[in-house]
Amino acid sequence: MIDISPVTLWGLIVLLGIGTFLIRYSFLGLIGDRELPEWLLRHLRYTSVAVFPALIAPLVVWPAATGGEAEPARISAAVVTLAVGVLSRNVLLSIICGIATLYGMLALLG
Amino acid sequence: MSSLYLQGLRQGAPFLLVTVPFGMLFGVVATEAGLNIAEVMGFSLLVIAGAAQFTAVQLLSENAPVIIVLASALAVNLRMALYSASIAPHLGPLPVWQKAICAYFLVDQTYAVSVARFEKDPALPLRERFAFHLGAASLICLCWYPATWTGAVLGARIPPEMALDFALPITFLALVAPALTSLAHVVAAFTATVLALAFVGLPFSLGTIFAAGCAMLVGARVELWQTRRREAAR
Repeated sequence: MIDISPVTLWGLIVLLGIGTFLIRYSFLGLIGDRELPEWLLRHLRYTSVAVFPALIAPLVVWPAATGGEAEPARISAAVVTLAVGVLSRNVLLSIICGIATLYGMLALLG
Repeated sequence: MSSLYLQGLRQGAPFLLVTVPFGMLFGVVATEAGLNIAEVMGFSLLVIAGAAQFTAVQLLSENAPVIIVLASALAVNLRMALYSASIAPHLGPLPVWQKAICAYFLVDQTYAVSVARFEKDPALPLRERFAFHLGAASLICLCWYPATWTGAVLGARIPPEMALDFALPITFLALVAPALTSLAHVVAAFTATVLALAFVGLPFSLGTIFAAGCAMLVGARVELWQTRRREAAR
């Protein structure tokens, strides 16, 4: 459960909103169509493939819902989602296959 | 109504299949984590970035300090600086208030739809580019709010057997998988995974930021190394 004061939470929401807007406005608004330095672009290209896996790896291997125990249904669902996503490059299809695997395995392992 | 606005609407429509369930899921997860409906809607209206919203709620429920939550959620959104840079040649000459509107609505899906359209037809007048981007944003972004609201209202009624905790990893995995297009991307994702697991014991989810930072450096190094090797082979 989230345990911080409403004021802190709203402060966070507002700052996150401003920060996100500034990121989106950055080049469009301030820098116009000038080119970004190549070294910066090179690092930015890996933002999403770096942040998302770092965020979800512990959730997959030690899910909170099982009290932090590795569990076959969730691990197979993750493997299937990733495999279908890599092969099909279709976000929706891999979500559907992942959820089907999760529920299938949960029902099977009961 | 401009025909380019309608074109934007039409080309953005398929993405509703992703954003509506994703928005509902955010409402459910955030409500289950203890946020009230006003706070859930505050996130969706002010931040309007699904992945960052999930990141913030996930870290908040792990009791990470607010500054870490803020840094991690903003890091998730850094990719949007790339979108901003890439769409700047097309929308850059607009007046400031119109650029601000475009920036607010610059999410993964609207970016993908708009940049594809603008590159296909470079002669498109500026006003029509703006109309197209607004059209794409109208469906994709304006459905985000009612979707999260619906999820927040339904939230408490969803039983734990639904294993909703796992909808988040599945959604993120599905978003990352198609991006694994080169050796550098694969190595970066692998680095992030291994380091995040190795440093899971660090307080305040510092392991996540550390792992992501290292993975970005590694990805960039691999790319540089490959480029140099290709040039040397020539």
